[in-house]
Amino acid sequence: MTPAIAQTNLPADWRDLLALTKPRVMSLVVFTGLCGLLVAPELPPLALGFTAILCIALGAGAAGALNQWYESDLDAKMRRTATRPLPAGRMDRQTALHFGVGLSAFSVILMDLAANHLAAILLAVSILFYVMVYTVWLKRRTPQNIVIGGAAGAFPPLIGWVAATGRIELLPVILFAIIFLWTPPHFWALSLFVRSDYAAAGVPMLPVTDGLAATRRQIAIYSLPLAVVAVAPWPLGLAGPIYGFAAIGLSALFVAMAFLVLGNRSTEPSGMGPEKRLFGYSVLYLFILFAALVADRWLIL
Amino acid sequence: MTQPEDEIIRARQRERARLMAWLLGAFVILMFLITIAKMGLAK
Repeated sequence: MTPAIAQTNLPADWRDLLALTKPRVMSLVVFTGLCGLLVAPELPPLALGFTAILCIALGAGAAGALNQWYESDLDAKMRRTATRPLPAGRMDRQTALHFGVGLSAFSVILMDLAANHLAAILLAVSILFYVMVYTVWLKRRTPQNIVIGGAAGAFPPLIGWVAATGRIELLPVILFAIIFLWTPPHFWALSLFVRSDYAAAGVPMLPVTDGLAATRRQIAIYSLPLAVVAVAPWPLGLAGPIYGFAAIGLSALFVAMAFLVLGNRSTEPSGMGPEKRLFGYSVLYLFILFAALVADRWLIL
Repeated sequence: MTQPEDEIIRARQRERARLMAWLLGAFVILMFLITIAKMGLAK
């Protein structure tokens, strides 16, 4: 690359287009979507199931690209996101917009062809919810941004189930609720130790608007209904003991770690070990919980 | 546009075109498999 050419005058590098899709976030989305599909009472043929999961991944990637298109000014102000393709000046905004809109339309149309109308509608709603409700409307206006916006990330297991069955039933709705209740403590734990980044960018995350103590209290409060909803499929007869015991153990640890966060008084990121541990564990929690549900469905005791 | 600038742009276009060719090939195969699977379901 010669310094004479501005990066944004070049055709975008495909690696930067890939980075727009937030591949690491996508991995959790794909996993929960796949679990939703695998625990459904009837499975689609392999090609259709694969395509449904591909569409969920593409839809999540498209939503991520549109999020980065809209938030490039915010991303430029935060250390964690300043190296993304748009704030780093490696891509022009129009390319990101075209890529995001094109990928959204492609994923929804392909889902409609491979699965069914309801799965395609849910995928479209989840993309629109993430972009319009979370990114455009809530994120810069209210500390409740990730509470309501978290619904967007909760759709994948529901979409996976509906792609397989064509129906919405109680278990996928509970899976939706688990991710919905998991999102606030997960992101609040992160926002506690990167609070200065959010404050500098003017994003009204809870630690910025209400302080550290209020955020820690909310994390502890949210961990309780999360634990109840996570365990619920077992007593409701929607899952067996493999899932039940896993959910109890994992959720008990989640609640314990959330209360360790509540007990922490540190105001500096260097003293926020409990917050960092909860953030790391929360990702593991969701992976193992959903894996346990699939194991429960497929393993015969 | 100078010679090296032109070469950089062409190289990036070539890389993207090659990737697009692979993706389109994969899409054709995927559509074929979807069609076969749908025909199986219809039976």
